[in-house]
Amino acid sequence: MTDIAATPSEFHDAHAHHHDADHKPGFFARWFMSTNHKDIGTLYLIFAIFAGIIGGSISGLMRLELAEPGVQYLQGWAQFMGETNATMDQAYHLWNVLITSHGLIMIFFMVMPAMIGGFGNWFVPIMIGAPDMAFPRMNNISFWLLVPAFILLLGSSFVPGGTGNGAGTGWTMYPTLSTTGSQGPAVDMTILSMHLAGASSILGAINFITTIFNMRAPGMTLHKMPLFVWSVLVTAFLLLLALPVLAAAITMLLTDRNFGTAFYDASGGGDPVLYQHLFWFFGHPEVYIMILPGFGIVSQVIATFSRKPVFGYLGMAYAMVAIGVIGFIVWAHHMFTTGLSVNVKMYFTAATMVIAVPTGIKIFSWIATMWGGSITFKTPMLWALGFIFMFTIGGVTGVLLANGGVDDYMHDTYYVVAHFHYVLSLGAVFSLFAGFYYWFPKMSGRTYNELLGQLHFWIFFVGVNILFFPMHFLGMQGMPRRYPDYPDAYTYYNHLASIGYAIMAFSMAVFFVNLFWSLFAGRKAEANPWGEGATTLEWTLSSPPPFHQFETLPVIDSGSRH
Amino acid sequence: MTELAVRNRRAAAIAVLIALGMVALGFASVPLYRIFCQATGLNGTTSRVSEADVPKLASAATVMVRFDANVHPDLPWSFRPEKPLQQVHIGERNMAFFVAKNLSSRPITGRATFNVQPDQAGSWFKKIQCFCFTEQTLQPGEEVRMPVIFFVEPGMREDADAKDIQQITLSYTFYPVDSPAKGG
Repeated sequence: MTDIAATPSEFHDAHAHHHDADHKPGFFARWFMSTNHKDIGTLYLIFAIFAGIIGGSISGLMRLELAEPGVQYLQGWAQFMGETNATMDQAYHLWNVLITSHGLIMIFFMVMPAMIGGFGNWFVPIMIGAPDMAFPRMNNISFWLLVPAFILLLGSSFVPGGTGNGAGTGWTMYPTLSTTGSQGPAVDMTILSMHLAGASSILGAINFITTIFNMRAPGMTLHKMPLFVWSVLVTAFLLLLALPVLAAAITMLLTDRNFGTAFYDASGGGDPVLYQHLFWFFGHPEVYIMILPGFGIVSQVIATFSRKPVFGYLGMAYAMVAIGVIGFIVWAHHMFTTGLSVNVKMYFTAATMVIAVPTGIKIFSWIATMWGGSITFKTPMLWALGFIFMFTIGGVTGVLLANGGVDDYMHDTYYVVAHFHYVLSLGAVFSLFAGFYYWFPKMSGRTYNELLGQLHFWIFFVGVNILFFPMHFLGMQGMPRRYPDYPDAYTYYNHLASIGYAIMAFSMAVFFVNLFWSLFAGRKAEANPWGEGATTLEWTLSSPPPFHQFETLPVIDSGSRH
Repeated sequence: MTELAVRNRRAAAIAVLIALGMVALGFASVPLYRIFCQATGLNGTTSRVSEADVPKLASAATVMVRFDANVHPDLPWSFRPEKPLQQVHIGERNMAFFVAKNLSSRPITGRATFNVQPDQAGSWFKKIQCFCFTEQTLQPGEEVRMPVIFFVEPGMREDADAKDIQQITLSYTFYPVDSPAKGG
């Protein structure tokens, strides 16, 4: 983060027009036909919280079933979902539906909408001193495409998908399970849902790229942009390059299923492994799409609460660019067990490990930012510190898994589950909470309750570690992913993990109490509740910002570089 | 502001072109992948060669070749290799026969795909003649013998990945053409 505080006089004009700027349309026009980046950001955040509740509840069902060996609940749930006299096979199929929905919901309907659609929409225009996004109406389409996509995905659980109701393919949707293995409309609905969510994200990415390149305020050069804006810019490019490939891959899946083509069908000369290459060419950049905006948020938060500009600004920005670029050439490390030759495995092992270098630059720069800083441990700072801790653990297990030889043993075990939940469920989600508490006063105009916020952090921190850390041990002992049952030997750690889930769920209750209490009864927030460390442009506006900000563009002082 | 609108449209147009280019690349990957597999023998893809490519001198070293035959459950055929195992000299031109018989009372068309295991042997296993991907129609009760002419290229013993291979499996699977069980 550079020091880009604008002088108050430059905002004098904007405040003079305050009443015009705050004129809001009626309820329906404001929220359903919205073209205002802040309102659309709010819609995205509400949508992500809603999807997160559903996706998180699904993981609760899974932890409940996994708390004891044997299959206790699945048959009953399958009956509840509309199967009369569910067979054991249908019960197992329901398990596959649960893991599929949990993955897709959390990735496409929780993390991505919250990071990019939510915080990106809210703060990218403000941070670069723009009045709104470049294409406000396209912004509206981006959000409203997500709603039918989500309905299609949820609806697919109630229509036939092969063995039972719903799409039980895993979020990766590998053929031949997703083609000849899953007859019925459920998988078609899921594919269509991904098409819509993908189109939504591509439109959003085009909007962000145009906004960031063309609508920066005078003096706001690329190398003065806050790191959160940099992170969204890199993410937008990843979206633009990766999602079309997924669209092509799943379109071919759709025609293989419905129109007799044989792209992935060995009986027609196709190759199912081709799908895996295409999927992971999208899928690996996708994990950086989920974490890069988190990097940006954490950079803002750490700098603010250390009261120092971020250490090594240019290195931080270009580390994200490097992560984005390398992210496109490591995809086959998800496919080490598909019979790659030793040389190919060596390349993908080495390339994957290279990512640890720019990631290490970021971790050490965050630590260097705190070093010698005047640190206050407010709730957002706690989440950012939690992020660094968790993401480092997940990164270390990632370097281990990058080894093609080791992965032959680890592939599809709970070790992998532990790894990607440490970087996503704990990395991305911790950064989301950091951003949420950091910007909550700005977005709502009210301050959150500090005690409840810290309570939420500590209970969540303990809960998720009890939940996910034992999965390393389970994976080391060979417990495979994606099964609802396990031998008795795995009982102890599975039971522990389920207790961890309950603790985490309790902390979410604290979060929602805090959220609603603060929204309705929280203290009114001043323009900048964080003090001198908060130097980005959003803190120069009122809390909440006027409906239309920067009618007169702020001028960034060219002398105050870094 | 209009100048900004023009610049915005230009930026968006470039971004749309990039996205469309990536979609095209996604679909282009199908033929590219096939060409790549054939060029490198990736995924056990074998290559077709002509008689002229057979080495003049066969080596004394041998490798075991196992023939494997499978039939899709919806295809009422029997399909087996005449000899399941064959000890061949590396570099020597060899012939093997597969026998397919239609067990049903109606004419049926099938199509075979093949694969070589282990994958690393794929690029060294050369076929001069085979019945892969050609449609084969069998009348009720009809039985056919189908030849495969092949050789194992001597370079295999110098390949770090493949030099220790003792046995190569050539696997064929017959699928019904217009399979009634096709997904959807």
